Amino acid sequence: MLYREAGQFKASYQEDSQIFPIRQDRVGFIALLAFFFLIVPMVASQYWLQAILTPVLIFSLAALGLNILTGYAGQLSLGSAAFMAVGAFATYNFMLRIDGMPFLMAILLGGLSAAAVGILFGLPSLRIKGFYLAVATLAAQFFIVWVLVKFPWFSNYSSSGVITAQEINILGYAFNTPESKYLLTLLVVTVLALAAKNMVRSTTGRKWMAVRDMDVAAEVIGIRLMRTKLQAFAVSSFYCGVAGALYAYTYLGTVEPEGFNLTLSFQILFMIIIGGVGSILGSFLGAAFIVLLPVFLNIVLHSFVGAALPPGFGSNLELMIFGGLIIFFLIVEPHGMARLWQIGKEKLRLWPFPH
Amino acid sequence: MKFSLRNTIVMGAAVTGLLAGGVAAAQEQYIGLPSYRVGPFGSNGASLFGGWIDYMQMINERDGGVNGVKLTWEECETEYNNARGVECYERQKNRGATGNSAFQPLSTGIAYSVLDRVAQDKIPMVTIGYGRTDAADGRVFPWVFPMITTYWSQASAIINYIGSKEGGNDKLRGKKIALLYHDSAYGKESHAVLQRLAERYGYQLTMIPVASPGNEQQAQWLQIRQLRPDYTILWGWGVMNPTALRTAARTGYPREKIVGVWWSGSEEDTIPAGDAAKGYVAAGFNPAGTGFPVIQAIQEHVYASNRGNMEDRSRVGSVLYNRGVVHGIIYVEAIRTAQEKFGKGKPLTGEQMRWGFENLRIDDARLSALGATGFMPQLNITCADHEGAGVVKFQQWDGAKWNVVSDWVSGDRQLVRGMIEESAAAYAAEKGITPRDCSKEM
Repeated sequence: MLYREAGQFKASYQEDSQIFPIRQDRVGFIALLAFFFLIVPMVASQYWLQAILTPVLIFSLAALGLNILTGYAGQLSLGSAAFMAVGAFATYNFMLRIDGMPFLMAILLGGLSAAAVGILFGLPSLRIKGFYLAVATLAAQFFIVWVLVKFPWFSNYSSSGVITAQEINILGYAFNTPESKYLLTLLVVTVLALAAKNMVRSTTGRKWMAVRDMDVAAEVIGIRLMRTKLQAFAVSSFYCGVAGALYAYTYLGTVEPEGFNLTLSFQILFMIIIGGVGSILGSFLGAAFIVLLPVFLNIVLHSFVGAALPPGFGSNLELMIFGGLIIFFLIVEPHGMARLWQIGKEKLRLWPFPH
Repeated sequence: MKFSLRNTIVMGAAVTGLLAGGVAAAQEQYIGLPSYRVGPFGSNGASLFGGWIDYMQMINERDGGVNGVKLTWEECETEYNNARGVECYERQKNRGATGNSAFQPLSTGIAYSVLDRVAQDKIPMVTIGYGRTDAADGRVFPWVFPMITTYWSQASAIINYIGSKEGGNDKLRGKKIALLYHDSAYGKESHAVLQRLAERYGYQLTMIPVASPGNEQQAQWLQIRQLRPDYTILWGWGVMNPTALRTAARTGYPREKIVGVWWSGSEEDTIPAGDAAKGYVAAGFNPAGTGFPVIQAIQEHVYASNRGNMEDRSRVGSVLYNRGVVHGIIYVEAIRTAQEKFGKGKPLTGEQMRWGFENLRIDDARLSALGATGFMPQLNITCADHEGAGVVKFQQWDGAKWNVVSDWVSGDRQLVRGMIEESAAAYAAEKGITPRDCSKEM
């Protein structure tokens, strides 16, 4: 009923190859964008903007980056947080050391720096696969954080090794309110997510998927492995780097290298596993799930039953419920929440006459 | 202008309160607690926040709050995770009648994450024994209070303590001191101070990093064994501390020669090391023990009626628990100070609390009235100096408990203060902050 496609004909190649071939999807997507760009900044409170929506968007972007590498190109990585750190520290240094550096340019350069580092740590992927590659990227995770602590130049000789983000100023407009920071984050994330969606539908993405499914076969049909794999590492690290820069500039303001630790890398990995490996939508769903559910549980447990329970019990209970829900979701749908949405959509398209 | 439901209710309540002419229900001071009871540091968090909550509970039970203002608090689980800490900060900042009037995350990472926000939201942040050291310069950081002692003061105090053991700082010339540190920003905080002091006193400083988490230190202790330093400073955290003590015992390095910092000097660090910890000395800005009248008062008013926050009562009086009580004392005294200026019996806003912290004086007379003589140092916070004491006490582990072995030892205040001002000035220049003129503050 909702998804009645009767009367929607595709008369040109362009119409056939657009991102959302169904009109209802297109309308829904534009409505969604309009909601988040126009309605949300007007009605949402500071708490929602600063503590909920902005981090979800930033982590979605990081998850998207990892999803390109792991979900589409099939290269397991445990270094996403480190690439975020490269992005954040590089952006900081570009802003600091080059006078009059525009913020968006600095973010772009930060992302490119992360991409360069990503290529470097992607080199082992030419020889090793699977869990072994994961261990190699684990080295990136520890090495990069170590370098950022070890050489004080990166943090401008700050005694405590932290960097404090400069003010964001684009074309004379200072982004210092929660609303403006949220909108900036949303804009960057939307542009990059659309770019990613198009990338995975094009030759680039198809090559990645060919390599993921069987790299020998991919090589046989003429895909250059080295180039494809390194390209995936570069694009993925670029996304993580931009996410890291946003994390420092629009979300926290002051970051320390230790904040980008292995736990954060694992969290990003969990996001794509829960959300859906090899799915753009899944990155967003997974990030929302991992970021919001613990907060939701904390609020519910502390405000309704917190007083009646011994201290510490509530916090432990949260972790148990959180873990339980992750297992539940993985049992119900091992391909993640994006797959649930896909199944639902298929059903709606056929409803009420499934064949 | 936006109106959220909660603001409307709060405003409505405020208006009703005005109309009722103050005969309404008892006033309450809201305190948001970004606690961590799970995660890697969950057991530390349980002791720290347990002590703090117990002290506030005791003030409510015994005194009926501060000048009649009851303390109410709400915990928010951070798991020691920066993003969760920010969420808690944002969630709690507008709670209660006057909002969250001070923020104490007990985590350096979270403290950094909200550093910019507290100035914007006008909520003072108190970081006792952690956080950003140069924030002790109140002219550049009006909203941050790294009270009692900073890492730099501690490093300097440790050298003074070692000097006193050797019979004067001039005897340090030619001595070998090793620094075994957690290889992170936290562990490196000590470097600058120790190096400057090495130039002055002429001791040989060897810095040996331990990779986090530090549960393998064979190589480091072999190096120490070859070096045979006269003293080893242990700048550790978590599992690194007991491992260091055990490995020291295995390599035959005398534990009496190891001096730990305050995050290396709790029961959680020594008990897992067993006998290997015997003789080990550590700094701290509060001693352990239940003998202090303030702890006795908590036992009497809180635990006797079974309202204590600690699930394991035997941990009452531990180093970390007592540190939590110190947090409570400072908080309550700041409320008292601020109420004297802004009206007794009224809840305070963040700005008023900031005044309370900035004008906080806890002298010996006040300490003895609080039942905390020797429990914490005297404090004298001013507009320029947000540290206020800069002293530590040294305790020695005898195999079963910590015993105080020194009086309050001060660091080289002049040197540390100079470094703090230097670093704060660099920060101010980078951020374009004009430092406050403290002669104009009242």
